[in-house]
Amino acid sequence: MKANPRAVLAGAHFLDGDQACSEGALAAGANFAAGYPITPSTEVVERFAARIPTVGGIFIQMEDELASSIAILGAAWGGAKSFTVTSGPGFSLMMEHIGLAAMTETPCVIVDVQRGGPSTGLPTLPGQADMMQARWGSHGDYEIIALCPNSPQECFDLMIDAFNLSEKYRVPVMFMMDECVGHMTEKVVIPPADRIEIFPRRYTSLPPSEYRPFQPGPDGIPELVKAGDGYRFHITGLTHDERGYPAMNWRAQEKLVRRLVEKIRRHSDEIVLYDERDVEDAEVIVVAYGITSRVALRALQMARGEGIRAGLHRPIVVWPFPEKRLRALAEKVKAFVVVEMNYGQMMYEVERYAAGKVPTLLVPHGGGTVHDPADILKAIREAAR
Amino acid sequence: MSASPLVESPVNPVEPFLRTERMPHIWCPGCGIGTTVNCFARALVESKLNLDKVAIVSGIGCTGRVAGYLKLDSFHTTHGRAIPFATGLKLANPNLTVVVYSGDGDLIAIGGNHFIHAARRNVDLKVICVNNFIYGMTGGQVAPTTPVGAVATTSPYGCFERPFNLPYLAESSGAVYVARWTVFHVRHIARSMVEAFHKKGFCFIEIITPCPTLYLRRNRLGDSLEAMRYYKQKSVIKNSASTKDVDLGFQSEIVVGKFVDIERPTLLESMDQQLRQTLKDRYAGLGGGA
Repeated sequence: MKANPRAVLAGAHFLDGDQACSEGALAAGANFAAGYPITPSTEVVERFAARIPTVGGIFIQMEDELASSIAILGAAWGGAKSFTVTSGPGFSLMMEHIGLAAMTETPCVIVDVQRGGPSTGLPTLPGQADMMQARWGSHGDYEIIALCPNSPQECFDLMIDAFNLSEKYRVPVMFMMDECVGHMTEKVVIPPADRIEIFPRRYTSLPPSEYRPFQPGPDGIPELVKAGDGYRFHITGLTHDERGYPAMNWRAQEKLVRRLVEKIRRHSDEIVLYDERDVEDAEVIVVAYGITSRVALRALQMARGEGIRAGLHRPIVVWPFPEKRLRALAEKVKAFVVVEMNYGQMMYEVERYAAGKVPTLLVPHGGGTVHDPADILKAIREAAR
Repeated sequence: MSASPLVESPVNPVEPFLRTERMPHIWCPGCGIGTTVNCFARALVESKLNLDKVAIVSGIGCTGRVAGYLKLDSFHTTHGRAIPFATGLKLANPNLTVVVYSGDGDLIAIGGNHFIHAARRNVDLKVICVNNFIYGMTGGQVAPTTPVGAVATTSPYGCFERPFNLPYLAESSGAVYVARWTVFHVRHIARSMVEAFHKKGFCFIEIITPCPTLYLRRNRLGDSLEAMRYYKQKSVIKNSASTKDVDLGFQSEIVVGKFVDIERPTLLESMDQQLRQTLKDRYAGLGGGA
């Protein structure tokens, strides 16, 4: 299915990441957004509020992030493609509904433009410390998908991927921006609508008498319906059986939760996406994502100038993490250097897949500004020793 | 001699509206929630709505289980958030009649912020609040509706907080239809529900209900039959009463009736009008009725 030409602002533009994210959502077919103002994410919904009535759809500013994050789920079951946008404190408030979305397999996208934390932290300055929260923030076991753009262009491009993945796997998808990427302005090329591929919602073709809302297909993913079409279906956050009815026992729990986890783990090879620079001959691999990956490039250049063969691995889909690729890299390098704007989060993933074969060094940063490339270089030197 | 109608028609008239395969339900003997569901089913019959276009949304709690027993598109959401879920559902699919059916703790304590804002916006929702004065599902804790002096597990020496007057809260927040009944008033409840189904905007119906297990017993108020006697004897029907004057005290007089029935544009109507007026031919509509 191709994008709706009315929604796609084809051409070359000069946009910041927040605006590009909004255009990406529109191009992806989003026709419902609910949000609550929070720096540094607000521009995403401001642009959507201005644009959506000319495309066809709704923006509503809700009374808080709890409301925003469940209004998008109601809208999805009403037939809309929906998303919400927030930053740290709002992201914390949305956790319960990320769990509800995972449990009810509701397609939706949640954008987190990360700022310095914890708590109110640094509202106007960057951070990358919500990465584990994106993965584990809601209670219970579940899997999500998370993407991490490092430029306004990627904010546009990956937002389309985010919606497509949420439809394909029926999971909430986290779109993990950071304040720098959100507020930097660069050239963004928006392709014509007929060049944008849209994954359509997996509506069932079964009649109501045969349809079971949580009966998985061969890929582990059930087909869905929307309200008002005569299916008289039931959706609950309680552990449920294939009919969608509450089932308060360990067998139903095992069957459901295992499937929720497996439907992503089984397909992680298809979902994983990364970008690499100079890894062919690398003795040291820097792992960085979002804005930090761009700072790391400078350090790479400096290292190469000193004769250290350094390369970059940049996860674009950060959850599921590119486990296989990291395991393969661990076979051929001296060390990993993880650079992130936190005191160690994705570093644990890298360390896990390095599996004791090679050391993993961390270049942490509390947020508020980007790394100094010299600090990264220092770690690369140490790793190359 | 003709056979008894019961023999001719062994099916309870409410049955077609229920997910009978989910019976028995979880409610205690003497609980009033089932009575309200009975009224709701009767109201659905009477209103002649296309049931494929009626969706019901509940939060968490004893009343939160209502959605799961009704054979409609039904959503059992998170604690306190039935209203914002329903808001998204209604906005995305305006052809639906969206009912929110939940308890006092769910709608008014944890969900209180959403309640006042949905009323302010005049979202076209039919909000049915079953008020049993306590948290039932978790074992009888004090609620923002517990009358002063009543005992609950977390107010063992009697509640000392002033409760909300729900009709007053609903009206002052912007509801266009406000009514209160007790489960003794089954016909009135059904009639109010039918009126709400046919009215556009934020409609609120409070139904006072006994919780024999956790409220009546702890407060030594007898069983549900005793509660029905209290409702019968101490309820006063005052349609159009000022909602300011309908506070509830412990075993006090209960003012019931239809208090508010006014006209005001709904959120979708206001949104559509404002955008149409401002954007003119650039306006592409709200994209609903998906």
